[in-house]
Amino acid sequence: MALLQIAEPGESTAPHQHRLAVGIDLGTTNSLVATVKSGVAEVLLNHDGNKLTPSVVRYFADGRCEVGAKPKAEQADDPANTIVSVKRFMGRGMADVAKYGTLPYKFVDAPGMVKIETVAGVKSPVDVSAEILKVLRVHGEDALAGELVGAVITVPAYFDDAQRQATKDAARLAGINVLRLLNEPTAAAIAYGLDNASEGTFAVFDLGGGTFDISILRLTRGIFEVLATNGDSALGGDDFDQAIAAHWRRLHGLVGADQKDMRRLLMAARAVKEQLTTTEEAATEIHLSYGQTLKVKLGRAEFHSLTSHLVDRTLLPVKKALRDAKLGIDDIAGVVMVGGATRMTHVQSAVNAFFARPLLNNVDPDKVVALGAAIQANVLAGNKTGEDMLLLDVIPLSLGLETMGGLVEKVIPRNSTIPVARAQEFTTFKDGQTAMVIHVVQGERELVKDCRSLARFTLRDIPPMVAGAARIRVAFQVDADGMVSVSAQELVSGVMAQIDVKPSYGLTDAEIASMLQASFTHAGADAEARVLAEARTDASRLIEAASAAMRIDPELLTVDESVAITDGILALGRVSEAADPRAIKAAIERLSTATESFAAKRMDKSVSAALTGKSLAELR
Amino acid sequence: MSITLTERAATHVQNYLTKRGKGIGLRFGVRTTGCSGMAYKIEFVDAASAEDQSFESNGVKVFVDPKSLVYIDGTELDFVREGLNEGFKFNNPKEKDTCGCGESFNV
Repeated sequence: MALLQIAEPGESTAPHQHRLAVGIDLGTTNSLVATVKSGVAEVLLNHDGNKLTPSVVRYFADGRCEVGAKPKAEQADDPANTIVSVKRFMGRGMADVAKYGTLPYKFVDAPGMVKIETVAGVKSPVDVSAEILKVLRVHGEDALAGELVGAVITVPAYFDDAQRQATKDAARLAGINVLRLLNEPTAAAIAYGLDNASEGTFAVFDLGGGTFDISILRLTRGIFEVLATNGDSALGGDDFDQAIAAHWRRLHGLVGADQKDMRRLLMAARAVKEQLTTTEEAATEIHLSYGQTLKVKLGRAEFHSLTSHLVDRTLLPVKKALRDAKLGIDDIAGVVMVGGATRMTHVQSAVNAFFARPLLNNVDPDKVVALGAAIQANVLAGNKTGEDMLLLDVIPLSLGLETMGGLVEKVIPRNSTIPVARAQEFTTFKDGQTAMVIHVVQGERELVKDCRSLARFTLRDIPPMVAGAARIRVAFQVDADGMVSVSAQELVSGVMAQIDVKPSYGLTDAEIASMLQASFTHAGADAEARVLAEARTDASRLIEAASAAMRIDPELLTVDESVAITDGILALGRVSEAADPRAIKAAIERLSTATESFAAKRMDKSVSAALTGKSLAELR
Repeated sequence: MSITLTERAATHVQNYLTKRGKGIGLRFGVRTTGCSGMAYKIEFVDAASAEDQSFESNGVKVFVDPKSLVYIDGTELDFVREGLNEGFKFNNPKEKDTCGCGESFNV
């Protein structure tokens, strides 16, 4: 018996080999591009001299489009053709988009993802995102004076496979080679160098312009695993501006302010809000239409009481995420602050009070995600070597395929770091079998019916052979973005079939957690089911083999033997119906005994057939 | 429910953990793969998972996930020498048969 050695938890793989690379934070409201120069990550300026490029695209009738600050400033002029926050529509169907309430766009239903009708034609969210990415790519290439070999693009941790694939497609359209998609909270954690920390569980508190996300990450040996995500897709810094503007309108009796005055109010509110992060009181002037000038001021305490309900709204998702991750506040080693809105002092003190932990907030919260992506891109581009190589993501559920009896054979176990490739050999079950269905499943349970089916394909043209003689190599590959491809090859003839798995929808963390939990609670039942299914498979294999042998060599059997074997086959067939693996095994035993002398005679026959007509010299 | 280590196995595990400089114990598990059904695995553990069952024997903590436990409950880990080769060996009362290479087993 082979002796075992203790293994390290986890393995490593080889990196790509490239050079000029950037990290891109493709945000809902703003996008950034960053790179590592002389070992330090920094955000690159766009053509306007700004670090943030608004994620706004305006289409014109001549097919042209503009991206960034200009279309954002002019969005009120042409709302139907100015696409704002397109990230919300990525990989989304009509039903999902309806949840965002009334939007000024003409949506067109399309398979998989909605499209938007503009003066420049029908555009998919992928097309719109590609326009933003194109601009960012040009910024990057201009700032670095060279062609990019690739980029790391960040996506929210809750993005499913369809949304991730849509993001990759957009990058391809923009002429960007995607080194890897990286979860936003993971990127923020990298920017803080947490990947160099030994271990620990961290919370990433991301309050952006229009969205709030909380993620719980577990770091084990340089690998981040997203334990839980939660958030509020309708809560962000903009809501604080609104609250201030509403307060001033009440205070100064501007009940019927028009669109343009509202916008001026909001801009002033935003400026005051930003000032209040460093001063106790802020004041500004608003030039309203009809030449009126409004002097407004706000104290920090007043601002806090006006918006404390918004701060409170962030804490509920935080509690939910901790509960989903089955963790308490004490399990959290640190809290990373992401998003410009986390600069507000009362947000900081509320988070600080809730976790009772010092906050990680000394990296610019607007840039932290892009900086982390840049660091990762630099590593993936091969500019760092050896031990600095990071492995950041793992597959959340095992991948495997269906084998005889409805059992799951796991090929890649859960929590394997990606990219990963594993292959395993399988064989045919029946004599002369010429095709094999490869059913790819995801999950932890022992039976196919309890797992999630990902894809199914058929390997055809297997040369006819006796059962068990064919050698079929099934290879699973998961790339760095979690995309799965499976191939099957019969090694004797070389026939091959393969499939890329692009599930039409992903699993939420909650679903993954419940699938895992089910595998634990059903462990006993699953083990029994496996024993039974294996016994049944053995039984039908034996019945198959014995019946075939009786058809081929009936002359070798005495009447008694023939009756005994036939009885054994029938008995085994009957017992297999029942759910008693012990009885099946006993029946297999009996049939095996009944076929012993038959098997011996067949062996003699084939040996003598092989020897007949050959001289002793030939055999030596 | 029990998982135990022989004194000899425990001594070796303690040595390995000290040399490694970190780790809180061992993880025993089974993978449902291999030529005769299942295969054992032993890994160092740096952080236990919430679902793990833990055992302590001769001063060594052993963590087992509930899914593996049904296959290896009652196992004693021994450290044996076979010629020049030495290593750990699972004495699993549930084990019915092993394949030729000894990497796989059946319950």
